[in-house]
Amino acid sequence: MTPLLSVQGITKRYGAHIGCADVSFDLYPGEVMGIVGESGSGKSTLLNCMAGHLAPDAGQVVFDTRADGPKDTVTMSEPERRMLGRTDWAFVHQHARDGLRMGVSAGGNVGERLMAVGERHYGDIRGKATDWLERVEIDADRVDDRPTTFSGGMQQRVQIARNLVTGPRLVFMDEPTGGLDVSVQARLLDLLRGLVRDMGLSASIVTHDLAVVRLLADRLMVMKSGRVVEAGLTDQVLDDPQHAYSQLLVSSVLQV
Amino acid sequence: MIELKNVSKTFTLHNQGSAVIEVISDVSFHVAPGECVALTGASGAGKSTLMRMVYGNYLTQFGSIRIGDLDIVQAEPREIIALRREVLGYVSQFLRVVPRVPTLDVVADPLRALGVPAENAQARAEDLLAQLNIPQRLWSLSPTTFSGGEQQRVNIARGFAHAYPAMLLDEPTASLDATNREVVLSLIEGAKTRGAAIIGIFHDEAARARVCDREIDVSAFTPELAA
Repeated sequence: MTPLLSVQGITKRYGAHIGCADVSFDLYPGEVMGIVGESGSGKSTLLNCMAGHLAPDAGQVVFDTRADGPKDTVTMSEPERRMLGRTDWAFVHQHARDGLRMGVSAGGNVGERLMAVGERHYGDIRGKATDWLERVEIDADRVDDRPTTFSGGMQQRVQIARNLVTGPRLVFMDEPTGGLDVSVQARLLDLLRGLVRDMGLSASIVTHDLAVVRLLADRLMVMKSGRVVEAGLTDQVLDDPQHAYSQLLVSSVLQV
Repeated sequence: MIELKNVSKTFTLHNQGSAVIEVISDVSFHVAPGECVALTGASGAGKSTLMRMVYGNYLTQFGSIRIGDLDIVQAEPREIIALRREVLGYVSQFLRVVPRVPTLDVVADPLRALGVPAENAQARAEDLLAQLNIPQRLWSLSPTTFSGGEQQRVNIARGFAHAYPAMLLDEPTASLDATNREVVLSLIEGAKTRGAAIIGIFHDEAARARVCDREIDVSAFTPELAA
């Protein structure tokens, strides 16, 4: 089987400081990869390099494109990469306001991505946008309201609807449940799991919450100081961590 | 179906003076289809450790553990994920679920993951929950609020939803009343009849005697604790 995404030797430096160094892994269709580590360990830098938001200093991010098969997205042209960014890729930001247009209605936020891939029929766009808002459990009568009138958890769900409406194959998520209260987190986790299963999505999730990765991720990478110190099956890394840092991370979790 | 050859495991505790603890040493045994093998030994002997090594959430340092055609010790994560979806079932002692998900969906989930249509998966889940005497009014609620015994039964229903060719059962009859214990034992017997290879841990001796064909005393493979 061809990996959907093959990351090879990704390195990003900020001057003399290492963002992330020599990270390699393969992500297969339908797999969810969790990336954990303390703040400053390079998780988000890696995610941004993978998603094309940051240019890595070295390495390749090979994506299995629908048209041409595996292609390195680091060296591909800007328009091509942007096209991927609004079709097969989706990026869920930690703060919903980074991924939404706050001055445009919820329906408009979802519809914009459809227009970007060529949909022009207003009725269809509105219909699909409403459908997706309902799938993320936002009432259809809020479709014309701006995200500024929504709660944080609702904004996060609008952001997810906006990202998934074009049927992406790969979703990058940066702390998707961070900053939300626990009951909203549970709702969102349930939603994400259902979407991953029903749409066959692959996803790469950066988080510092080990409970979130246990429930969502098939595989896990533990990062420290920009490097991957351990990788494997999620329950193996959490139940039988091998590296000193992973052991510390797992044993530091407060029992609820 | 399940074959362990010269399997050994050590834990290295880096943050506790790099203590190396050898927990399992040189285990070999084989479980045929339709056979149920019990792991026995005092608490702390390594029964659950050995079971987790077979499931793959504990790493094995030496030897091989073959389930069907796959060696768990050498396999890639995605091969183990596929194996767990299709071949290897595990009923742990604890139910771990996404909060807020209805019991019916929790039980149907392993079948949905295999691509079984929602209606069929749901019908199977309803059947199992009814067999295990979970009142129908609870099916639409999340099991996180259930009693210990109810959670255990939901866990068993989930574990038996798909007809796995290989199964691991960690104390499946613990904390169950006589009626439900009987249901679980007949589910195990049913799985054996259809040819499942089963490894089980039972503290309940009568249950063990009834469903297990052989016993393996794990203490025989537990080395003295070395610092």
